[in-house]
Amino acid sequence: MALRTFTSTAKPIARLIEEFNKLPGIGPKSAQRLAYYLLRVPTEQARDLAEAISAVKEKIGLCSICFNITDSDPCSICRDEGRDHTKICVVEELSDIIPLERTGKFNGVYHVLHGVIAPTEGMGPEELKIEQLLSRLQNSSVTEVILATNPNLEGEATAMYLQHLISPLGIRVTRLARGLPFGGDLEYADDVTLSRALEERQEV
Amino acid sequence: MRAPRAYQTEAIVLKRIKLGEADRILTFYTPDLGKLRAVAKGVRRPKSKLGGHVELLTHSLIMLARGRNLDIVTQSQTINGFLVLKDDLWRLSRGLYALELVDSFTAERIENRPIFDLLLSTLHWLCQAGDGNIILRYFELQLLNYLGYRPQLQQCVSCNLPLQPIDNFFSSSRGGVLCPECAGKDPARCTLTLNSLKVLRLWQSCDCATASRVKINSQLSSELEQLMREYIKYLLEREVKSAAWLDRLKKEKL
Repeated sequence: MALRTFTSTAKPIARLIEEFNKLPGIGPKSAQRLAYYLLRVPTEQARDLAEAISAVKEKIGLCSICFNITDSDPCSICRDEGRDHTKICVVEELSDIIPLERTGKFNGVYHVLHGVIAPTEGMGPEELKIEQLLSRLQNSSVTEVILATNPNLEGEATAMYLQHLISPLGIRVTRLARGLPFGGDLEYADDVTLSRALEERQEV
Repeated sequence: MRAPRAYQTEAIVLKRIKLGEADRILTFYTPDLGKLRAVAKGVRRPKSKLGGHVELLTHSLIMLARGRNLDIVTQSQTINGFLVLKDDLWRLSRGLYALELVDSFTAERIENRPIFDLLLSTLHWLCQAGDGNIILRYFELQLLNYLGYRPQLQQCVSCNLPLQPIDNFFSSSRGGVLCPECAGKDPARCTLTLNSLKVLRLWQSCDCATASRVKINSQLSSELEQLMREYIKYLLEREVKSAAWLDRLKKEKL
């Protein structure tokens, strides 16, 4: 469909517009604007962009241990001797590692599931890196698995499922605490959050 | 008269789809407006004041504003968060199955109050102790009832003669029981034992408390499950996705 729209322009430009059009959030007009912009920029700048894109696809892969994105296998976190390899933090998505690292409070290693169990969307355990997690735990020195899936229904379901699978291995399974967000408002807190916050209240 | 710009309704959250950076499109089931889709802005941020009130399996009071395309959720307050459901993998999964069935069978903005009441009661029943499988089967039968797909269990759907107290056959395409004489013509029939027929007849007409008192063994339970699943699959023309998850939980004995 896109090709037909842009047939009036030269073929290479039409192709570029079509490629841009496939990107998320970029419609036909934005794609056109980007393509004509690139026509006008110096050749080196355009080449840099092209190289950056192909480098991402060629050099970046998944770490064979934790399934984080990396340019060397195993990734820098899994290779780091200074980190505590007896603690594994299980997260849903790649983007969940960044905020956890930013806290500077966690010095263990990660495991990325690449999704979450969502029965109504047909997303089951076989679509996730669960088997890999279990084989990673077999005969290892891991003493604790921290389940850091999102605090919503699918995240909870996944955490409960993982807990059923991991507990028999004799490894301590913990879940990130659920409570009130800093800077939030008690008045707007929902029942689940508030009751969990009450249950897990702490001595001050 | 023009519809008001803002309105309030009770709702059960059936489904949610991510939209943009932090928004979600929510599908609600409401008592007076049937199934309803609306946008909830910013609900994926931790500090969202809507967030936990519009989670799946939650009965809430919501305030909506008319939008150009979809309406927008402006306020929400939990009526019942079904905490007991959310803390148990089996209960949670059964709850999700019920939600998916309602979502699959209903069209938007077609009022069907009994379905809302049935769904709400089912979530309550699932919170209580009792055989979850029976509750789901009862829910399925009653749901089909309110949708106009009530299976004919009293007489043969082909010859209209009363059924004999023997093993008969169930035909999904004809929506009811076939007697052994008529069953030969239907290639997609499946056997319906006398016990199954008795239980189904009872569940079709009794309340849930009575339904739960029926003692059924695991063989009868899976026979009924299979039968209902086939019928539902025939009506929807596709599999119910969360059924596969329930099967998996059963297989792994969690």
